[in-house]
Amino acid sequence: MEKKDIIQSFKDSLFTGLIALALFGPIVGLRTVSKGEGLFITPQWGVVFFLVGLCILGRFLININSARRTELKIFSTLSSKFSSITEDKAKHFAITGILFAVIFPFLPFTDRYFMDVAIMILTYIMLGWGLNIVVGLAGLLDLGYVAFYAVGAYSYALIATTFGWSFWICLPLAGVFAAFFGILLGFPVLRLRGDYLAIVTLGFGEIIRIILINWYEVTNGPDGITGIPRPSFFGLPFKRSPDEGETSFHLFFNLEYSTMHRIIFLYYLILVLALITNYFTLKIRKLPVGRAWEALREDEIACKSLGVNPTNTKLTAFAIGAMFGGFAGSFFATRQAFISPESFTFIESAIIVAIVVLGGMGSQTGVVLASIFLIGITEMFRDLEQFRMIAFGGAMVLIMVFKPKGILANRKPTILMHGDKK
Amino acid sequence: MEYFIQQLVNGITLGSIYGLIAIGYTMVYGIIGMINFAHGDIFMIGAFVALISFIIFGLTGVALPIILLLVLLIAMLFTACYGWTVEKLAYKPLRGSFRLAPLISALGMSIVLQNYVQVSQGARVKPMQPLFSGGLEFFKDSEFIVTVSYLQIFIVVLTIILMGIFTYLITKTDLGRAQRACEQDRTMTALLGINVDRTISITFIIGSSLASVAGMMFVLYYGVIDFYIGFLAGIKAFTAAVLGGIGSLPGAMLGGLLIGLIETFWAGYVSLEYKDVAAFSVLIVVLIFFPTGFLGKPDIEKV
Repeated sequence: MEKKDIIQSFKDSLFTGLIALALFGPIVGLRTVSKGEGLFITPQWGVVFFLVGLCILGRFLININSARRTELKIFSTLSSKFSSITEDKAKHFAITGILFAVIFPFLPFTDRYFMDVAIMILTYIMLGWGLNIVVGLAGLLDLGYVAFYAVGAYSYALIATTFGWSFWICLPLAGVFAAFFGILLGFPVLRLRGDYLAIVTLGFGEIIRIILINWYEVTNGPDGITGIPRPSFFGLPFKRSPDEGETSFHLFFNLEYSTMHRIIFLYYLILVLALITNYFTLKIRKLPVGRAWEALREDEIACKSLGVNPTNTKLTAFAIGAMFGGFAGSFFATRQAFISPESFTFIESAIIVAIVVLGGMGSQTGVVLASIFLIGITEMFRDLEQFRMIAFGGAMVLIMVFKPKGILANRKPTILMHGDKK
Repeated sequence: MEYFIQQLVNGITLGSIYGLIAIGYTMVYGIIGMINFAHGDIFMIGAFVALISFIIFGLTGVALPIILLLVLLIAMLFTACYGWTVEKLAYKPLRGSFRLAPLISALGMSIVLQNYVQVSQGARVKPMQPLFSGGLEFFKDSEFIVTVSYLQIFIVVLTIILMGIFTYLITKTDLGRAQRACEQDRTMTALLGINVDRTISITFIIGSSLASVAGMMFVLYYGVIDFYIGFLAGIKAFTAAVLGGIGSLPGAMLGGLLIGLIETFWAGYVSLEYKDVAAFSVLIVVLIFFPTGFLGKPDIEKV
């Protein structure tokens, strides 16, 4: 490398440092603290200089690296590895994954914490698969998916606490309600194009949340609904000491009582629900309506000319996506036994959309990888509570910058007229 | 009647703030066709920079007009740095990739900025002592006295001045011409020797500066801010931009005013709790009848 280059990259790094100083100076350097009556400023210049130094150093290293015309090796190897996963390999991968998921609760290192994280990841996988029907297949950007999740959760909670019906009756009802809301929203807005649709669905998500907060008589407002019944194992509750005339799970199977039974049952429940979602999506992709979704995503005008009714077709995608959101919502309600509007903020919608897009739109395996990756990152930063969301957002930006098409890009139509031309 | 006028005044003030944020959305959308989700958080950062500088200058005991001017300039400068950096880091590498990629990147950036401010400035709400007091009173002999505070006058006048400068910038200068050219056809503009990247950067800088002014107004008007204000203000401003017709600059201002008025009137006459619902419901209804907003160009689909 020439001397000129080094000086050039040095100057560039100093400029980066200047910008970094402007960025971190006021916000990090001058922390506002309330004391008594007013606000006062506590300077923390040490942190600022550390951050600025880090930026200068980072920029300098990147400059030197790019001057040598070498790419950052990690990313290129990673991306080539991922893109080498073909459909065929993906199938093996899927089977291994499912097998692993089935035996996961009985692995020696699996404890309560791992199970909780696994249940959470599976919930997001299910939501991701549900949203994939809308975003990945039909190509409709829905930024208010959490609304359907909320509708499912609240309808399960309300039906179960009011009428005392069992989980297995409430689950389909919650799905139906969510689908109904999907149609209700979809009917007026699905004629809108891309970004308009995005903002309207975002607004709808907020409307649902505001109604949940303010409609005190029904939803109990911000306090939420407590005492939602836990699911039972086909009528056998998970209780240490069951009520009169009832047999609980551990007595029926002659097991020592353990809270893990319920956790494991919940785990399998969400696993089955998620797999049903996946199976349904894979099958419906091959049906006329699924093909119409993909065709609409690719070219709406061509579809119209061929006699596909865009509004109805999109409406089915919206309603079915919403239904799966509703199922996931009722699972969430029964797992938590408590729900409040807090759980259904925009950030949840953003996470689900991120999972679908980061996974590679339309790819079912990609959704799994993205959920594991994103939820895993936030869990890794669990001890650094404050920084986990920064890491999460940063990961979203980085994946998009380095792999704009998602981890597994799969936008091939499911069926081609003359086979694959490759 | 008096109550109506009071609500009108409040609505116009709020609408000015939304309008200034909405311009940032609509400009970015016009030029690179993406929803800049981090813009609401840029506004929030502007509010924080303004708050911090108000505290610092409050201690020096300089006259109020000078403080206002200094804070305005400082907030614009530092916030513009944020807008510029966000564009360079998160959007520029994604130019030309498929439509959803910059959107997700913007969502990620928004999460980063929000939590970054939460970590560095703390999660508690930040109250500020009011700098302005007093105002003009009308209809003094009636039951309900309409008050137009000096602060409200300041906000509206400042907005009008900024809009004037901004309109001049867009319609009369070379920079504005370059910007409008980029909106129409980026490749052609580049062929004609205009630095497209720089034009886009400047768009972000202008948008962020205007958002920071809105942030300063927000601090003065409400007196409390926290790291979360960017979200709601951001989506309402975006709603405003869509309502006015996204990509249209007068539309953004009109949409901002409408959203401000709808919100205040709904809060004043119907119900305070559901004021946010009103703004979104109106958006849905308007989009059904005017699919591209009030002042948006009808888009022609080409095969």
